[in-house]
Amino acid sequence: MSDFIQIWPGQASDYAHSVDLLILALTGLIIALSAPVFILIVYFAVKYRRGHKADRQHPMNRNVWLETSWALIPFFLILVFYVWSTGLYFDLHQPPANAMEVQVVAKRWMWKFQHPGGQGEINELHVPVGEPIRLNMISQDVIHSLFLPALRIKQDVLPERYTSLWFSADKPGTYRLACAEFCGTDHSLMGGSLVVQTQADYAAWLEQFATDNTLAAQGAGLFRTLGCSGCHESGSTRRAPSIHGLYGRPVALSDGSTVVADAQYIRDSILLPNAQVTAGYPPIMPTFKDVVDEEGLVRLVAYIQSLGSASPVLPQGVAAGTLAPQNLAPEGTAP
Amino acid sequence: MSETVTGRGGSEEASREETVNETQSERVSYLRAGHTLRSWFFTTDHKRIALLYLISVTFFFFIGGMAAGLMRTDLLTPQGDVLSNEGYNRAFTLHGVIMVWFFLIPSIPNVFGNFLIPLMIGARDLAFPRLNLLSWYIYWIGGLFTLWVLLAGGVDTGWTFYTPLSSMFANGNVVMAAAAVFVVGFSSILTGLNFIVTIHTLRAPGMTWGRLPLFVWSHYATSVILVLATPVLTVTLALIVAERLFGLGIFDPALGGDPLLYQHLFWFYSHPAVYIMVLPAMAVVSELVAAAARKPVFGYWFIVFSSLGIAAVGFLVWAHHMFVSGMSMYVGAVFSFLSLVVAVPSGIKVYNWTATLWKGHISLDPPFLFAMGFIGLFVVGGLTGLILAMLALDVHVHDTYFVVAHFHYIMVGGTVSAFFGALHFWWPKMTGRMFSIGWGRLTALFIFFGFNMTFFPQFILGYLGMPRRYHVYDPQFQVLHVLSSAGSTILGFAYLFPFAYLLYALRYGKPSGDNPWEATGLEWTVPSPPPKHNFDEIPVVTREPYDYEVEKEGGA
Repeated sequence: MSDFIQIWPGQASDYAHSVDLLILALTGLIIALSAPVFILIVYFAVKYRRGHKADRQHPMNRNVWLETSWALIPFFLILVFYVWSTGLYFDLHQPPANAMEVQVVAKRWMWKFQHPGGQGEINELHVPVGEPIRLNMISQDVIHSLFLPALRIKQDVLPERYTSLWFSADKPGTYRLACAEFCGTDHSLMGGSLVVQTQADYAAWLEQFATDNTLAAQGAGLFRTLGCSGCHESGSTRRAPSIHGLYGRPVALSDGSTVVADAQYIRDSILLPNAQVTAGYPPIMPTFKDVVDEEGLVRLVAYIQSLGSASPVLPQGVAAGTLAPQNLAPEGTAP
Repeated sequence: MSETVTGRGGSEEASREETVNETQSERVSYLRAGHTLRSWFFTTDHKRIALLYLISVTFFFFIGGMAAGLMRTDLLTPQGDVLSNEGYNRAFTLHGVIMVWFFLIPSIPNVFGNFLIPLMIGARDLAFPRLNLLSWYIYWIGGLFTLWVLLAGGVDTGWTFYTPLSSMFANGNVVMAAAAVFVVGFSSILTGLNFIVTIHTLRAPGMTWGRLPLFVWSHYATSVILVLATPVLTVTLALIVAERLFGLGIFDPALGGDPLLYQHLFWFYSHPAVYIMVLPAMAVVSELVAAAARKPVFGYWFIVFSSLGIAAVGFLVWAHHMFVSGMSMYVGAVFSFLSLVVAVPSGIKVYNWTATLWKGHISLDPPFLFAMGFIGLFVVGGLTGLILAMLALDVHVHDTYFVVAHFHYIMVGGTVSAFFGALHFWWPKMTGRMFSIGWGRLTALFIFFGFNMTFFPQFILGYLGMPRRYHVYDPQFQVLHVLSSAGSTILGFAYLFPFAYLLYALRYGKPSGDNPWEATGLEWTVPSPPPKHNFDEIPVVTREPYDYEVEKEGGA
């Protein structure tokens, strides 16, 4: 029978269990709040039906205390759930600092995933079990949304802006992955699978699809062929700031403000170089808007990231805020 | 007040033979005041305009319903054998656009609000009768644009017109569809304005604010939202068209715009629009519950202020549609909280209606069955709304069938049930004839069960992870989809029943008399159907609303 009709989705993470527990508990409250209405309507409709003898004497037609209590008591009960659910949501927005980063580019109608080692895949995402994974996502066209039902999570993927999603899957298996935001003709075909593997299987998979270069090394190649190195290599940093140790650091801008050099900042600086000019440098960099595509940008960012920074890479909006509070990321870079 | 001819002739069986052709009241009613097309199309009588709206919204209800039928048929198989991907996208877009703007929003206010507000407050018409007619014409200009879009091949953006899909990528008739919604918005604004002014200025002597029927109060709250929210949508649609036609970078980030700005603007209108759809339904149900129980509404002022509270707080919850959009998590936390607050006044209403039934003389005639159906379905819709307001739960069920089921419980289970409840309750008043009570009861039951069978499985589908707007789906979902489609067939037929017996009643129904349900309210003191100018003499109100006789404790 369970093959014939499924009524509860599989769970692939601790987080999924927490969400299920929350919805079951809340459903319990909902039933408790609504059962009196259903039962009483039917009971009254029978007992006080027209023409049926019953004691209909009653003292009042309003009762402020009664009405206030049935407005407020359910509300306070619900607030308990509000605190619970908001806590989970905040967890979902604060990835651990050591999360493995996978780059995601969405386009109509496919998902492209890039692993740190340079392995790329389409519509399939392989991840190791038990390890926190942070997906750094961007769209090449319209808004998409990466939906992983077995993990109970989804996040919209926006054009021109990175959003992120993190999880730690704890059960090996193959799960569905889908686009949840309507994106045009083949929206319903824009799906695939999330393959959660044991550490050993994942290592074998990485080995099988190993490329000559890691993502960062591919980025280094692009960095040279696009001519970036002409100005940004350490030998020639008089005309442009160095990219060594840049990632995750605060950068002073010519307008006096400070930003943290996260993926979004680096991407924006490549495409819109004059928007945020580093203090002390002339605004002379040309735009690379039509020169480099979204996947190239992912590689360049990976390269600059690999050149390191003293502190670990911080997810936008969260710990980054402690470095540059005035720049809590462009309107909620909800991680 | 009037000499109605009631059921002349002996046995009930024989009454079909000797149908009453025309009663005294009918001869002098608004229906007989002019028989030419001109007397209808240039009428300024609020009652005739209400009937024009009734015919119009019913027409669009069936067009939108056909689109839904196509979708449900297509969803019988996981690969979707009936429509192409593109065809499916166009079907659900038109279904949404037509049902929201050409049925749900105008349905109860423009039909029953129009017909009843002047009658209920003791006025001869709305404050601006010609503006009222104009708003019907504007509605039809928007309607013709929509039909044009339909004939020209449709539009494929979803009713939400999300950018940059709608402004830069979609290949359907986006500009024309946006124009249709743009135009129909003015019809909403004019109606809202007309109601507000009417309720302020044309109340009969003695009709104090505390004596207004709850129907009028709730329409007042609705009108405030119509007037304040609709212009935001109008401007937003104009901006989409500007971006699409002239490449002005407003929402497309590739042009320097912000796609989330669109979502904020759209939901700033569209969330209050949900209350535009449901407040009039609550208006109807408050009347129906009191009439069903033949008892004053429990806690009049709590219900009044809950309507106003919904209208006010309803403006502060829009971003709960955007919890996974990439907004800051702190913004999410604020909007989640406010969304829970707006549930409080709705809860008050439901509990107060239930308390109204306590110790009443409850009738199970069709209008009251619809009202009880409304309460049941609205409770499910409202409480699943609490699930959606919870951040961590919304992250999972957002943009899935769970959301689809939730808003259909509110809009179809709630508003459409109330619409049919109103239609059955006031049909005798509007036409002077009583319909078949048995068929009415049967329809109410079929709609209730058909509805639940259609939409309850969708809650499960949603939690399982079936995204909305999917034409091709994972085979594991098929059983629930087939169940849902089967339910929709029952629902579809149930919606057709009233067509037959209500129209039959026009010709063969028994004259209903002034007050067939023995309800209170000024509209029941005038003949059925009412004369052209409603009241020969403007009444003076001296009694409280819902002044039913009740057994006081101690036999007072």
